[in-house]
Amino acid sequence: MPVKISDKIRMMTGNEACAEGAIAAGCLFFGGYPITPSSEIAEYLSRRFPIIGGKFIQMEDEIGAMGSVIGAALTGMKAMTATSGPGFSLKQENIGYASMAEVPCVIIDVQRGGPSTGMPTLPAQMDVQQARWGTHGDRGVIALTASSAQETFEQTIHAFNLAERYMTPVVLLIDEITGHTTEKVTLPDYDSIERVDRKRPTEPPETYLPYKYTDDCIPTLAPFGTGYRYNVTGLCHNETGFPTNDPKEIERLILRLTEKIVKNRHEIINCKRTMLDDAEIAIFAYGSVARSARQAVLQLREEGIKAGLLEPTVLWPFPSEIVLKIAEQVDSFLVAEMNLGQMAREVELASKCKASIHRLNRVDGSPISPPQIVGKIKEVV
Amino acid sequence: MAEGAPASKKPAIIRVKLEWCKGCEICVTFCPKNVLEMEGGKVKVARVEDCTKCMLCELRCPDFAITVE
Amino acid sequence: MFDYLPYIREWNFPHIWCSGCGDGIVLKALIRATDGLGIHRDEAVMVSGIGCSSRTPGYVDVNTLHTTHGRALAFATGVKHASPNLNVIVVTGDGDATAIGGNHYIHAARRNIDITVLLYNNYIYGMTGGQVSPTTRKGDRASTAPFGSIEPPFNISGLAKAAGASFVARGDVYNVKKLEKLIKLAIQKKGFSLLEILSPCPTAWGRRNKMGHPVQLMEWLRDSTVSMEKWEKMTDEEREGKIRTGVLHDVARPEFTDEYAKLVKRLKAEK
Repeated sequence: MPVKISDKIRMMTGNEACAEGAIAAGCLFFGGYPITPSSEIAEYLSRRFPIIGGKFIQMEDEIGAMGSVIGAALTGMKAMTATSGPGFSLKQENIGYASMAEVPCVIIDVQRGGPSTGMPTLPAQMDVQQARWGTHGDRGVIALTASSAQETFEQTIHAFNLAERYMTPVVLLIDEITGHTTEKVTLPDYDSIERVDRKRPTEPPETYLPYKYTDDCIPTLAPFGTGYRYNVTGLCHNETGFPTNDPKEIERLILRLTEKIVKNRHEIINCKRTMLDDAEIAIFAYGSVARSARQAVLQLREEGIKAGLLEPTVLWPFPSEIVLKIAEQVDSFLVAEMNLGQMAREVELASKCKASIHRLNRVDGSPISPPQIVGKIKEVV
Repeated sequence: MAEGAPASKKPAIIRVKLEWCKGCEICVTFCPKNVLEMEGGKVKVARVEDCTKCMLCELRCPDFAITVE
Repeated sequence: MFDYLPYIREWNFPHIWCSGCGDGIVLKALIRATDGLGIHRDEAVMVSGIGCSSRTPGYVDVNTLHTTHGRALAFATGVKHASPNLNVIVVTGDGDATAIGGNHYIHAARRNIDITVLLYNNYIYGMTGGQVSPTTRKGDRASTAPFGSIEPPFNISGLAKAAGASFVARGDVYNVKKLEKLIKLAIQKKGFSLLEILSPCPTAWGRRNKMGHPVQLMEWLRDSTVSMEKWEKMTDEEREGKIRTGVLHDVARPEFTDEYAKLVKRLKAEK
């Protein structure tokens, strides 16, 4: 049967879907630097932004790109950058700045193999821990992932909403396969999309405190130029935004940066579940590997093996409580990922020895296929 | 630069914010009329009657500590 | 008497700079200049990086953004591109702008984005204790050049000009009225304006180089700076050891945010 292509259905790569998702989310600023396999995101927005009222700039380097995004975000714009492993490494200091100064922004990392220049055109999931610990200092982190062009579109919107709600940089980790695979994407009516905008101050400038301690731990940063003149710094600061050396104030700030994510983790964490209710073995997979895992679960079930799939779409904060619950139910976990076990160690920690943890790792630049997962599960069951 | 430019005849009022003065001596050294002195590591107005209100002490004070009216 | 109080964040004073540091002198000249130009504080954004000079924004009651080391111009580019109506002033130092931030420095100049850069040249890394910087003169001692620097210094004004800045000037903290005038010109100029401000560090540079007292540094500035007019009439021999101050370069060049607006307009017309 011929496929009817309506206005709302497009064939897109994951990278294009990401760019389109940014537009749908209300993003109007992109500061980037070319890097494979993410450059199509910049290219797409360089074409679209001048037409729809957005601002595009190709900066002189990755660090500058991240800086420009934070600067733009402080004027009230939704702002984004896109990169891959080496660029993600370079951006880390300024990502930490965005965490510290609580500037909402989105960083897309289309993962390739590392370390160093590694495998520019081949997929990997080697930046998962970098997304958590890449910058120096303790802080709460939100990092999402997506396994298809459709999900990339949706997760990009979600990333902006989380950034604006929690006043923090949000990372979306996809990989080269997802970024470069062309597939069907259904685009909803953009007017129907739920968009979150950061809080605006309700008090007059005279009594305004940008980093006021509130129950939700989330600050209210007025856009520059709106009459609220305050200070933004990467130094430890108090409620006023000015640097402080007071140990109590410093501790309060650092704890809050973590607490605002931890306290709200149930709102942030999200996992997709496939046939887990009666599963005896659970696969833990994310990103493009989750697609192979879904296929593997179907095949294993056909062969009478009670397999299920836990697929986190939010990697950080890590879904520890969900993993523990499943660990109490199943005999074992298989963590399949395109790295040497970056998430397996988290599953091990979270499952508290309630289930045995097996690993399936691939670091040769090739995807993990369904038969590989099926084979590994048969080996361990 | 027009140093020591003539100003109004009204006598000058020179104020020093001692808690901000860091005693760098710039105002004392470059006063064209030798109005200022150092005392206890800070500036002291010694001969206010000689002041021509050229404002150089105020302009060059890094610490916002001295004003001339 | 000029009333600085409405423009400063008084509760942050006395400021952190050492006794005799010129950075406070620049701050005052900057306040007088912005007052003279009638710049609205709500529409002014002051961006800095890391270092002594970069602490300036903390004392000024405008929108202030104290960023990471070397990156002030990158953040400022984002601010200006996103909101071209804002008046963006970057306060930075020789290490911040021309060492760790050198790439942003030349590219912001190349783009000719409408940002005013006040680059305080104190000849050293002051905040971290006196390490050699790209503007430390050959032979000068620094904590990481204990036997004297063996490297030639950057000509930071020349660098900005070569990279494409539409306005380049040099001032100093001895000639304060001239400094105020140059700050005004730099802010008024549409495009990338670089004002190098000689504000030698008494604590970390002067003390190691036989000019330990702030007064000695001021005398050095008095005796070695010459106006552009004077410079033109000097022989090469007379120029030895002298430093030109004034407007070094002032040309009209297309500005980045204008060019972007033009692109938007063109695309609309083609549609």
